Amino acid sequence: MSHTTSGQPARQAALQSPLGRVRGAGSAKSGSHHWWMQRVTSIALLPLTIWFIVSLATGAGMTHGEVLMWIGNPFNAVLLLALIALTFHHTASGLQVVIEDYVNQEWLKIGAILVVKGVCWLLGLAAALAVLRIAV
Amino acid sequence: MSIMKDSREATMVGRRSDGTLIRRPLSPHLQVYDMLQMTSALSISHRITGVIWVAGVLVMTWWLVAAAAGPSAFGAVQWFLGSFLGILLLMGVTAAAWFHTLAGIRHLAWDAGWGFDIPTTYKTGRAVLIGTAVLTALTWLALLISW
Repeated sequence: MSHTTSGQPARQAALQSPLGRVRGAGSAKSGSHHWWMQRVTSIALLPLTIWFIVSLATGAGMTHGEVLMWIGNPFNAVLLLALIALTFHHTASGLQVVIEDYVNQEWLKIGAILVVKGVCWLLGLAAALAVLRIAV
Repeated sequence: MSIMKDSREATMVGRRSDGTLIRRPLSPHLQVYDMLQMTSALSISHRITGVIWVAGVLVMTWWLVAAAAGPSAFGAVQWFLGSFLGILLLMGVTAAAWFHTLAGIRHLAWDAGWGFDIPTTYKTGRAVLIGTAVLTALTWLALLISW
């Protein structure tokens, strides 16, 4: 690591720390997209989640046949598929931030994020397949 | 130090006033905060309720897959959700979900640049807590009526 004796970096026009400049790592260019998608999915999930919670709360006594009828309704099936996709996207990226903040060992951090993403993909596909099997 | 093994290293490297490098301690420490004040308490609660909601997502997936699998699998999930542990879990997830939803709206307002001053922050914080209690109670009222 080289540094100037004055304590000031030679150039600081860019919004980059001296440490980052020395390491040359730079931005991976995906941070703001991750942040933005977390907001976009949260806005979309607001009506979808309230619809789902209200539907479940008011339909608590449904039999298996009635549940199949409800999921099989095309309107409900489409909203359920959207809910599933957005829920698992939002869950995976939210858990990723928690892991990034608290897990400090690099291999464990990346490993945990990959496990979370893998499990979210599999569970999301399973939930979507269940809706499609009933609705189609 | 080409590959960073521990992300905390980034906060451990500083410079003295003469420009030489020095390892300095991690800061700020959690202990300097009063975790019972509204702002930080609701902040960490937003994160915790987000993680708790994962339990609800798992139940939702189980419920959908069981409904598709057949009557016996669906009977099992209905039995669990009607059991003491299931109701306790659903109540916890309902409260966590409403908190995370309302606190999430508060976060979206902040992202849009609204409500960042301290008086508004406390006002909206109280609204989130009261709203969580009211909406959780209403959800379970609707559930018990339709059950």
